[in-house]
Amino acid sequence: MLYREAGDFKTSYQDDSQTFPIKFDRYRYYAVLAIAFGVIPFLINDYWASSILVPFLIYSIAAIGLNILTGYCGQVSLGTGGFMAVGAYACYKLMTAFPDVSIAIHVVLAGGITALVGMAFGLPSLRIKGFYLAVATLAAQFFLVWLFNKVSWFYNYSASGQITAPDRFVLGYQVTGAETTAVAKYMICLVFLTVCAVIARNLTRGTLGRTWMSIRDMDIAAEIIGVNPLKAKLTAFGWSSFFIGIAGALFFAVYLGAVEVGEAFGIQKSFLVLFMIIIGGLGSIFGSFAGAAFMVLLPVVLKVIGVDLFGFPTDIVAHFQLVIVGGLIILFLVAEPHGLAQLWRVAKEKLRLWPFPY
Amino acid sequence: MPTEFLYGVEVVLNGLMAGVLYALVALGFVLIFKASGIFNYAQGVLALFAALTLVGIMEGQVPFAHLINAIFGTEIHHFGWHVPAVLAILLTAAVMVLLAWCVHNFVFRHLVGQEPIILFMATIGLAYFLEGVGDLMWGSDIKTLDVGLPQGASFWLEENTAFLGGEDFYGFFIDKLDMVATLVAALLVIALVLFSQYTKQGRAMRAVADDHQAALSVGISLNFIWVLVWSLAGFVALVAGIMWGAKSGVQFSLSLIALKALPVLMLGGFTSIPGAIVGGLIIGVGEKLFEFLIGAPYLGGATENWFAYVLALIFLVFRPQGLFGEKIIERV
Repeated sequence: MLYREAGDFKTSYQDDSQTFPIKFDRYRYYAVLAIAFGVIPFLINDYWASSILVPFLIYSIAAIGLNILTGYCGQVSLGTGGFMAVGAYACYKLMTAFPDVSIAIHVVLAGGITALVGMAFGLPSLRIKGFYLAVATLAAQFFLVWLFNKVSWFYNYSASGQITAPDRFVLGYQVTGAETTAVAKYMICLVFLTVCAVIARNLTRGTLGRTWMSIRDMDIAAEIIGVNPLKAKLTAFGWSSFFIGIAGALFFAVYLGAVEVGEAFGIQKSFLVLFMIIIGGLGSIFGSFAGAAFMVLLPVVLKVIGVDLFGFPTDIVAHFQLVIVGGLIILFLVAEPHGLAQLWRVAKEKLRLWPFPY
Repeated sequence: MPTEFLYGVEVVLNGLMAGVLYALVALGFVLIFKASGIFNYAQGVLALFAALTLVGIMEGQVPFAHLINAIFGTEIHHFGWHVPAVLAILLTAAVMVLLAWCVHNFVFRHLVGQEPIILFMATIGLAYFLEGVGDLMWGSDIKTLDVGLPQGASFWLEENTAFLGGEDFYGFFIDKLDMVATLVAALLVIALVLFSQYTKQGRAMRAVADDHQAALSVGISLNFIWVLVWSLAGFVALVAGIMWGAKSGVQFSLSLIALKALPVLMLGGFTSIPGAIVGGLIIGVGEKLFEFLIGAPYLGGATENWFAYVLALIFLVFRPQGLFGEKIIERV
């Protein structure tokens, strides 16, 4: 009844090509933004910020990044953790080298540096495909983590080998360091996520996104109709790494505050983000959000149910978590290869006809 | 002979031994990939699962004891018997066959005809699932696996090679277990080759690997072959699990050897059994030598973590199908 095109007349090209052509979608989008910016900051407390909302926002950025590469361009990458580490260490080096520049600029620059690194590791994708490439990106993962572990210049020769975010302020509010409030952490991540999501959404709707999808669907055919695979793949690697780098920088500077590279950006992180986009939906921005929310919420929910409600020991719950995550991955691939986003799409189709299906 | 050179030789020998173990894991990958086109990331976890099961059966552990205790408040953990190693290995092999049947019937039968990359991601899911189940069944603590394989350095070899060097050279240091592993790997490869060349099932397996539809049309049961292949992979995983488990204990890191086997496969080619062996040896020797010559003196060590991947990556840029792989021909 509410969700339909009928009566929503487009009178200009701008109207016709807007991101959310259906009125209900558009209002829903504004409503989500209004709640995220106007309501949640007043309700948030430390527990919600540190265990659910901030990781959700940051992983969403990372998932959007990986989705561009894997979901839109079809290049499977297992190097997400390594690229997040590049973002984190670039941000750290910039923060300590130029303390007077705003951290917001540092985070964006860190994304840019990660984009360059990502493009360098994306070069082999021109020669190798499919899981050969997936394994090749593992080289990035292990090499980068090793590099940040061994070369002490990256962590400013600190004795512990960790990097620790110094206190930084944006518009007078502290956003990094120990005394940061939950609201500030939440807000800076939310702003970055919103900007990234809007950019990503529009990238994927435009020329670039279409060349990516043509490469994904059939690379040889795409080449024949005039898509330059070099350009398409490298831009996909670049943009993807840009977002992943921003996610890594925020993960380090805002969320954790102090990072040891092998622990925070190990191979597990690569898989975690990959699972997010599989469960959420390959080739969908909404899917990135859904997957990130799912994977962040799952351990919390399991812990609440298993440990607090039934009183199971934590290690059993942790094992169950592995079983459930693995089982869900398989279930999704078997039953719904397009993930949560597809369920959402089906629901919307149903909604369009509701309540009179004929 | 100069001592430095002899140390180099020792490094190469040890690298060869490590390479054999990588090749063992890679073999399981190749088997499944050839027959079903599935790139089985879960191979390492299969090895871990097999080793855990073997230890569990040998020690007489009650499966899911921890879970049962948590639910019913009981205090069970062991049946109180010890199963001899040979029997336990046979039982574990049976478990692996059962597992193969489950994996095929509950997962991959529903994914036939999907894109390879979807299958790959499904095996990642499978890896997580099996890891969780293994931990739930047998507990996640580090276990020692002792099936009576010889351990420690081979003194015979050390004494008989000491004369090669000068005063400060004590002979080549090589683990006996590595030598056994090499022998077992050789036997395993011979057995696999004989199986696939001279038995009915083995030939059917090769036919399926060649062309699914053609195999189906001459009356080969694909379901049976795929269960067979997964069982064989499980069996190879069991052997690899025994070797690695005896070497460094049965623990989670065992499943990470799967990651090490990946560059081996890329070097050797995904479809070639000799490729897996040669690739394993190249990676084993390469990473040990690199660490010895360049990594430890100049780069701060621990280069073994990434050397294999970077080597494979560089190699692939020049020869995308690997050393022995079939030439990749793409059609639109």
